[in-house]
Formats: sequence, structure tokens, C-alpha cells
Amino acid sequence: MNKSSSVVEIAAGDNSTSAFDVEKIRADFPILSQKIYDGKPLVYLDNGASAQKPRQVIDAMSDLYETRYSNVHRGVHWTSQQSTNAYEAGRQKAGAFLNAASDNEIIFTSGATEAINLVAASWGRANLKAGDEVILTHMEHHSNIVPWQLLRQEKDIVIKVVPIDDDGNFLFDEFEKLLTDKTKMVAVTHVSNALGTIVPVADVIKAAHAKGALVLLDGCQAVPHQSVDVQALGADFYVFSGHKLYGPTGIGILWGREDILNAMPPYQGGGEMIASVTFEKTTFQKAPHRFEAGTPAIAEVVGLGAAIDYVNAIGLDNIAAHEHDVLQYATERLQAMDGVTIIGNAREKAAIVSFVLEDIHPHDVGTFIDRAGVAVRVGHHCAQPVMDRFGVAATARASFGLYNTRAEVDTLVDALEETRKFFS
Amino acid sequence: MFDDLRDLYQEVILDHGKSPRNFRRPEDATCLAHGNNPVCGDTLVVYITQDDSGKITDAAFQGQGCAISVASASMMTDIVKGKTVEKANRLFEGFHNMCTRDDFNVAELADCDEDAIDRLVMLSGVKEFPIRVKCATLAWHTMQAAVNGDQETSTE
Repeated sequence: MNKSSSVVEIAAGDNSTSAFDVEKIRADFPILSQKIYDGKPLVYLDNGASAQKPRQVIDAMSDLYETRYSNVHRGVHWTSQQSTNAYEAGRQKAGAFLNAASDNEIIFTSGATEAINLVAASWGRANLKAGDEVILTHMEHHSNIVPWQLLRQEKDIVIKVVPIDDDGNFLFDEFEKLLTDKTKMVAVTHVSNALGTIVPVADVIKAAHAKGALVLLDGCQAVPHQSVDVQALGADFYVFSGHKLYGPTGIGILWGREDILNAMPPYQGGGEMIASVTFEKTTFQKAPHRFEAGTPAIAEVVGLGAAIDYVNAIGLDNIAAHEHDVLQYATERLQAMDGVTIIGNAREKAAIVSFVLEDIHPHDVGTFIDRAGVAVRVGHHCAQPVMDRFGVAATARASFGLYNTRAEVDTLVDALEETRKFFS
Repeated sequence: MFDDLRDLYQEVILDHGKSPRNFRRPEDATCLAHGNNPVCGDTLVVYITQDDSGKITDAAFQGQGCAISVASASMMTDIVKGKTVEKANRLFEGFHNMCTRDDFNVAELADCDEDAIDRLVMLSGVKEFPIRVKCATLAWHTMQAAVNGDQETSTE
């Protein structure tokens, strides 16, 4: 594999242990060996938006298409049986990944966005009435705000928002004050995509349950960085997207407690989700099939299963330790830079650093460091309320994955220094 | 490191980005529009003052955005001042073509004033950065929305 010299150099002492060999991991990701803009190594620090895919995921999907692809749960033929097995194996892997009590609790969706919309539309419509309260936090992604607002238009529910402090910490005392007997749902991010804040979700769940409210956790930014046990947490719903976990796009997971799911009405109608259909009356399957109308994303489920196998083989604890090291290093280096302000300094953080560079607009920053081969997200990160909270329209965000290195942080910082010089 | 960015981020553009002209809210504006780019969060308000004949006698803006969008708004307000709406629209059409069409020839704008064309050509460096074209055209879209009586516009 064609590796850049700068990447090889760091293998000597940095990040390379017997438990976690970052060079070995990087070799699994074909895109990382690419050079862009006349020979610059690609420094991909936009994992919060979407992560790159290891060869194992790409191969698993190709293999399905090349050797045993067919529709699932339908045919009596060999390929259908093979595809169904591969598809349902994906469900088992996702169930084990979250420590679900049963694989029936794993519903495949197109992503976390659809998963939240499903809960808001199905559970929300069936269970909420005018005046009932849904509690969100100030740092939600738009995908955990807008579905509830759509429900509010229909049901006249009340949306309350937990504030955060100037460092981006979730204010637990304020959350407790918002909880009332009318609170029916607490829908919060596990890890903030814009700030990196890790929300104390176990405590949130305890407090919410004490008031009889259910809890939905948006785990998009959590599952790539830490192990999650939905039973130990005591959650009611947990959602995440496959593509942020080194899997393909177009596939996500809604985990829900089986008793809750089986009491929920269907979300979409179609094939696969029915028990029997006549023009007079249709009866529905139980979860998960009740919520999986139509032909699903078969190869994507297989790809997600391969991604789960991949991170499990490395170990989420090892990944978390490595990313924490890179995060700390990046935080120190950025803090030491003139003109950089980090937005979000919560006590508990995942590997995300949002920042602004003097008064240079993040879009200009992004365009400049891109020329140095560095990919970061610039903008509002689909979390405009949190941008408003910090009085910025946009930030630049470096979000790290298991393949990132301290050397890549150095490249980022060098590029930012050059950018600052250009604009000064 | 950034040699190929100098075509876009020229001194004049950086200057307009840092010290935008016409960055104010005129009391006597006859129309205004809000423009926003939902992708990046850039927002601005363009204020246009027209006389009885419809000629643009004043143009100003407020808001925030990247260097390119602020510079573009600054230059746009300078350029359209004193022009008819038809001429302003004509210049926008030309600028849009400049930023998006490979076969654009500046002779297509032979009927427009040279100073305006020179400034637009400078900004048309965004053509090499397709994702940034919207930054450069937001102010123009918003100006058009204002004179057409649309209160809101968006680059999406």
C-alpha cells in the first residue's frame, strides 16, 4: 500500500502499541493511502459527519452482491436463504453491540434521522396528547429537534429544552427542574456532535423514569467511540447511524424495548411488515418486522455487521483510549495557538473539537486547510441552536476516528497557522 | 501552501471582506430581503432604495458570512447603486454565468460598465470552488428578491 512518508514516520513511537496499532488500522482504510492536491496525504478529520470505510466493510458488501444476493424473507431459493441469513446476522450483531435483550428489539432504518422520526411518528402519535411534554437539550442535532416539532404541530405537545453552561456541560439541576408529571419523553443526545459533550445519560434516565417518562438517546456520536449497553443504561430507545461507525450510508439502528415496540402502531405500510392483508382488514407483524416495510437495505445491513465486527475486533475500549489521546493532544495544541477559541470544553468529551480562528470565517478556514489536505467540517453542524448559544454562526470542527494520529493533528495546526498568516 | 487560493482571495476581496462597504441599514430603504444559505448558516439582509423611476439610489446590507460572501455583498451594493433594476439583474445574470459556465466570454457583458465587470471577474474565481459559488451569489440573489418584493430568499 502506498503510504506517505509523514505517516510512516510516526509509527515509531506514537500511538503504536501492541494493543492498538494505528498503522495497521490505517492500512485497512484504502482511502487513507490517497494523496490529494499534488501529493498531500489526506488528513480526514470529519468523522463526526461520516467515517471512512475499512476494506472489511467494502468487501463484505461486494461479497454479498457477488456470491449470494437476493431479496430477503421471501424466496424459497438458495440465494434468498443465504441473503436472509446474512441480513439477520446483521441484526444479531447490532443486538449484541448494544447488548439488547432480544434481536427483536433491533429495527433497521435508513439512519438515525429516520429512527427518531419513527419514534416521534409512531410512539408519539399514539401516546402523546396536548400539553404533554418532550424534553430535549440545547445541543441536539436538528434530527432530534424537528421530528418533535412536527409532532407538536399535530398534537400541541410542549417542547422543553435543557440548557448548557458556557463550557457546553449538560446542566443536570436545570434538567431536573424541567421534569414534571406531564413529561412523557426525554430525547437527548448521548454525545453532542457540535461540542463533543458526553451527556450523563444514566442519571438522565433514572431521573426521567422516576417521573414516568421514557428516554430516547441519540447515539450517533457515541457508538463509534465507546461501548454502549442499553440494558445497563436502562434506556427505552437508542438510535445510531451506520455510516459514522465505519459502515455504509443508508442504514441505521432503532433499538427499543420490546414491550414498547410491540405496543406501537406501524410507521409505514407495505410488504414485510404485515401478518395478513385483505381489503377489509390487515394485521401486522410484531417488532422488528412491523417497522420494516418494503425491501430493506440488505447489503448495507451486511456492511454494518462487518463494521461492528471490525470495531469489536479492535475493542471499543482501545479505540476510546486512542481517541482520547488524540483529542487531548489536539486540544493542547489548539489551545496553545494564538487566535484559536475552542467552543465546548465540557468535563466529559468525545473526540470532537469545535473551534473558531480569530475572526476568520470557518468557511474560509475550511477552504484553506483543505488545500493542505485537511478535511474538517465547517458550518453549523446541523445544530443551529447550540451555535446561537455560543453566539457564533459557524465553527470549524475536527472530529477524530480510530485511524487518526497526533501527526495529523500537527498537520491541522500547521495549516491553521498558515491560514492565520494569510489573513493577518 | 496556498498559492492556488490567491486567485480567489485577492487583496481587494480580503479588504471588502474585512471592511465591507455599505454595511448599514438605511432608514429610507424602499425594499429589503433576507437571504440565507442553510448549508453554511450565512445570513444577510439587503436594503434597496429606489426612486420613482425605479432606479436604485442606495443599496446596503447587514449580516454575517465568510470573506467571499461579505466581499460579494459589499461589491454588489457598490455596483448596483445608481443603476436601473434591469441593469442590476443583467449584471447578476452575467456574474452567475461567469461563476458557472466554462464557455463564458466577458464580451457577453459588453453593454455593462467596465468597473463593475472588473470587480465581478475578480470574484468569479469561485468558479474553481463549486461549493463556494453560493457564497458569492447570495447577496445578488437577495438583491433580486428585494426588488421583486420577496422577503425571503435562500440559496437552496
